[in-house]
Amino acid sequence: MNTEYNFAYLDEQTKRMIRRALLKGVAIPGYQVPFASREMPMPYGWGTGGVQVTAACLVPDDILKVIDQGADDTTNAVSIRKFFEKTGGVKVTEETAKATVIQTRHRIPEAALTEGQILVYQVPIPEPLRFLEPSEVETRKMHALEEYGLMHVKLYEDIARHGHIATSYAYPVKIEGRYVMDPSPIPKFDNPKMEMAALQLFGAGREQRIYALPPYTQVVSLDFEDYPFEKGGAQQACGLCAAEDAYLDEVIMDDAGTRMFVCSDTDYCRVRREAGHIGEMGVPLAEDAA
Amino acid sequence: MNTHSLTGGFENASHASANAFRVALDVMARPGKIAEITGGTPPAPMSSAAGTLLLTLCDPATPVWLAPSLSGSDIADWLRFHTGAPVVENRHAAMFAVGAWAELLPISDFAIGTPEYPDRSATLIVEMETLEPSGAILRGPGIKSTAALGLPALTEFQNNAALFPLGLDFFLTAGSQIAALPRTTKLEG
Repeated sequence: MNTEYNFAYLDEQTKRMIRRALLKGVAIPGYQVPFASREMPMPYGWGTGGVQVTAACLVPDDILKVIDQGADDTTNAVSIRKFFEKTGGVKVTEETAKATVIQTRHRIPEAALTEGQILVYQVPIPEPLRFLEPSEVETRKMHALEEYGLMHVKLYEDIARHGHIATSYAYPVKIEGRYVMDPSPIPKFDNPKMEMAALQLFGAGREQRIYALPPYTQVVSLDFEDYPFEKGGAQQACGLCAAEDAYLDEVIMDDAGTRMFVCSDTDYCRVRREAGHIGEMGVPLAEDAA
Repeated sequence: MNTHSLTGGFENASHASANAFRVALDVMARPGKIAEITGGTPPAPMSSAAGTLLLTLCDPATPVWLAPSLSGSDIADWLRFHTGAPVVENRHAAMFAVGAWAELLPISDFAIGTPEYPDRSATLIVEMETLEPSGAILRGPGIKSTAALGLPALTEFQNNAALFPLGLDFFLTAGSQIAALPRTTKLEG
């Protein structure tokens, strides 16, 4: 740990401001609380909102996990993990079950999260109505009046044009029958997991918004009676671990167009392979390492 | 100014406030849960839980209203010295208010936010004799099925919940213990 930084990088006044916003966010689930987002030593779009929320929540005893699209070993995840190792001196892990705080970019881990855990999302555009109504003054009024007809029109137009609701990520959800919320660009496959035992916090750095979902909060994906919400997902099993219930990434293997589907959640895949599950294109873990 | 006002802050501000905030976040996210919060030692008669919460959340940007039983003592000086928070008389201007339940009444004096910005509402810290995991039945976000918590009143909290998404949020403190009641929690007697 580098002691030239304050614990978890941010100064105390900034953390207090973020902490107050987080408490109000938890008290009003799905409502976007404005906060004075700081410049972080990484560009916007790299998770500055999530990093600030994590920094405000972190305690010295925490065990941090960071994922980017489900993977622990991508640049974004590795950088953020190192950032908090350096500035907070916290332990890090790749194992979902061991982590106390998990910062995520665009995925929810496959393994069910537990009471003691906090899931921090990196959010690019927190306003679900933004692409329908560019004015912040207007969208704020729409949330105040619970005027969400426009969102249903958007989903209806999807059906009119494509025959089904074509929105496949950042699929809008309604929280406790009140606020329509952007779940961040997670695949809609993950939407049903949002009713969970862990606390969920959302940070949008560039847009300066924080919002939250307490445990067991009702989260309903918007839909129509005759076009109910479907979580979708790949039809096949993971090529490495044969998981049939996981969200899969499609990987092109060669110029001939051979493709393979593998778990997007690398930790989930590893745990399954260690337990002896072998997919169609996989080999036992011991041979793979050799 | 008495020397009591100068002591009783956090030993290690960044670690102590991080640990205290995590407890506050946890109880706010799980209404009815009672937890230990330590780190600050305010002058009597304020509880250490309320004092620790103020040290964690207050700074010059947060007007604080102190109940008459607290504002007459060294507490106002203690709060100003350690946090820089302005102590205000006007209840509507306060972001945080601390006191026994009877002193906080009528709670309709405090800011409940606006339809566009329901977060611009006060957080009330209710000083209690004890915190009991029995009494009113709580339901709502953060609670798996139901929780129970001893409350100083019922009607006021029910009326506050009916204002959602506007409304006040509450921390309840006794000694070093803390619990929370956000505006989302539905109550039955």
